[in-house]
Amino acid sequence: MSNDLRSTGNLVRLALRRDRFLLPGSVLGFAAIAASSATATAGLYPDPTSRIAAAGAVNASAAIVAMYGRIYDPTSLGALAMFKPAVFGAVALAILMVIVVIRHTRAEEESGRLELVGAGVVGRAAPLAAALIVAVSASAVIGAATAAGLLASGLPPAGSLAFGAGWAVTGVCFAGLAAVTAQVATGSRAASGLALSGVGLAYVLRAVGDLSEAGPGWLSWLSPIGWNQQVRAFAGDHWVVLALPLAAATATMAAAFVLRRRRDLGSGLLSERSGPATGRLGTPLALAWRLQGPTLAAWTIVLGLLGTVLGTIAHTVVDLLDSPGMKAIIQQLGGSQGLTDAFLAAEMGLFGTIVAAYGIVAVSRLRSEESAGHAEALLSTAVSRGRMLAAHCGVALAGVAWLLFVAGVGAGTGHGLAVGDPGQIATVAIAAIARIPAAWVLVALAVFVWGVWPRAGAGVWLAYIAFILAGEFGSLWGVPQAIMNLSPFVHSPLLPGPDQNLDGILWLTAVAGAFLASGAVAFRRRDLTP
Amino acid sequence: MSEAIGILGLTKNFGKVRALDSLDLSVEAGEVHGFLGPNGSGKTTTLRVLLGLIRADAGRVRLLGGDAWTDAVELHRRLAYVPGDVTLWPTLSGGEVIDLLGRLRGGLNPQRRSELLERFQLDPTKKCRTYSKGNRQKVALIAALASDVELFLLDEPTSGLDPLMEATFRDCVRELRDGGRTVLLSSHILSEVEALCDRVSIIRSGAVMETGSIASMRHLTRTVIQAEVRAMPAGLGEMPGVHEVVVTGNRITASVEPLGLPGLLAALGAAGITSLTSSPPTLEELFLRHYESTPR
Repeated sequence: MSNDLRSTGNLVRLALRRDRFLLPGSVLGFAAIAASSATATAGLYPDPTSRIAAAGAVNASAAIVAMYGRIYDPTSLGALAMFKPAVFGAVALAILMVIVVIRHTRAEEESGRLELVGAGVVGRAAPLAAALIVAVSASAVIGAATAAGLLASGLPPAGSLAFGAGWAVTGVCFAGLAAVTAQVATGSRAASGLALSGVGLAYVLRAVGDLSEAGPGWLSWLSPIGWNQQVRAFAGDHWVVLALPLAAATATMAAAFVLRRRRDLGSGLLSERSGPATGRLGTPLALAWRLQGPTLAAWTIVLGLLGTVLGTIAHTVVDLLDSPGMKAIIQQLGGSQGLTDAFLAAEMGLFGTIVAAYGIVAVSRLRSEESAGHAEALLSTAVSRGRMLAAHCGVALAGVAWLLFVAGVGAGTGHGLAVGDPGQIATVAIAAIARIPAAWVLVALAVFVWGVWPRAGAGVWLAYIAFILAGEFGSLWGVPQAIMNLSPFVHSPLLPGPDQNLDGILWLTAVAGAFLASGAVAFRRRDLTP
Repeated sequence: MSEAIGILGLTKNFGKVRALDSLDLSVEAGEVHGFLGPNGSGKTTTLRVLLGLIRADAGRVRLLGGDAWTDAVELHRRLAYVPGDVTLWPTLSGGEVIDLLGRLRGGLNPQRRSELLERFQLDPTKKCRTYSKGNRQKVALIAALASDVELFLLDEPTSGLDPLMEATFRDCVRELRDGGRTVLLSSHILSEVEALCDRVSIIRSGAVMETGSIASMRHLTRTVIQAEVRAMPAGLGEMPGVHEVVVTGNRITASVEPLGLPGLLAALGAAGITSLTSSPPTLEELFLRHYESTPR
């Protein structure tokens, strides 16, 4: 073994010890979601005729194709059962791998712990190698457990294996991407942000590519998430496609090791610039804005682009419907405008969900400020706890509103230009704005959890994932409506469209206010907890 | 003289661990008060309670005439704090952090700021991410010392500073005392406390064991006497308050409690002293005596 990799084994053990809940929990989660979808679908569509009808409806709906992709074999039970979990799981696994790799490389460097570790008999590239070994093994185990779960629920062996393998190599591929961004960026937040933008880009490329079969369908082939779908598990099992993510992973991982050898511990490829000798910051809000502004700027760009792209293609969804019978039904349901509106409303729902994640990230800054000791420095000055909370909370709430506004204006502009109707800008922007209160509920929930149980921040993400799962798979799994109604996302009005019931907005805002107020009260009563 | 800090019966539990156990502490306005204790004895916890960052489970905590918990924000305009473990925002420059903390406290003296930057030789343009531990400490020190406040709470403020900077820090504390400010200096560095403090409180396992001037604590310690005499008198080892007597020829070494000093010196004087060295007691010994002789 080369000296560069000395002690990799010990670091792998350390990483597994630190991830002893995250990784086993993820393996169970992925396998369970896949297996339960398969079982539930088998019960709902027992015969090929019902499946062909269901698959036809999926492939005919542009909103669904954009969100999840196509069903490539309408007779196949597996293809119908797994078209949603396939893309959902690929994105989730990609995010998980980014978290795992950054957590054991760049975040460790930033905390200074890697300095302590690196002073031991530890090779220079060992931490990176250990993180990748953990990430690759975790992806492989998740893939294997998923394949086993699908097999156990009665799906064909070859397809089950192809599906599990598709997920596994997608995870490996994004682990490689994160390994590179960990070397390039100057800090762990920037490294995660860069890698997660990659995940988002891969999703959008696939969405656009899948929608436009006649047009730039090749875009899907630029995306690792698109590759996962082109494996076509249960619909031909194209094993060769697995080579694409594997090749990409090999290339990115090799590049990461080269970059690691070229840089010093703690530095990025870009060197640190000096800052001003005197500062203008003088309020907690100015500080919060300074700390959070760059993140918000990055999200603004991503959501603006995402909105514009999806808005531009919205009107084409009608062309996808080639069967005249289908068109007649659609006309009765409100015409092609109704179909376009349904597509746009689905996209607004997607934006709302994505932006809620930004809100949770922004609130989590309160926790990291507290655990890093920065809150101690701040609160030992004449800053009240309420002001500190209000500063970060304000950035989170305003940021959520801003991002949905940007996404809505982007989508409205794209759509308005495409159909030559400038009025669409306002219509679509209002539809996006209507999604703000639901995302605020997540922000407020995060503040509440932080105020009451400061160390339980992960619980907010679990709730967020549960809300998404309830929305995507709740009815399939037979979850009672009362429980699904716990998700704030189901209460947003479905705009643009005929849904004019705005009660949900008021309720969501009231719930958010209640969470915020009780979180603030709890924080003012509790100890600062490092 | 009024009381700047008054703590009575302060108790704080973290789960099942009792961090502070009925702690009493009194700091007079205008004094430099040493807060001595080993690692984990509760110094930082006490300071955090004083700052209203954590809440007392029992006891009365007053500072500058207000309640540490309920009046925290108003009180913080009148005090400056240097944490024991200084962490700064990695993306801000040192100068920005100094100005931010100063403004949040209600403003700092720009002249004093530049003078302190000079004295501590700190480059304020560097990003905090790139500062060493000592330089981070300097940022926190300058932010505190450049504020025009009544009370300074300093938690092991010299950790990470080199000896030259430590001397600068001591000068600054002396200036504060001369200016009539109150300083609570938590430390485990005894020479620092000895050099700077009017009075000392010794904390151990969450309770203050002893408070007083350094002079008044000398009774706990022994002076080491080394002497040469013309003729060695007998029976020195049996004298009250005289310990660890070693006689080699006409040289004697002994450690002596204050009450044994007159007798021993009289006996040595009568025997004809040719040379005498006395080493004054140090706080190290005082400390050791507390932790060795009174097991808890």
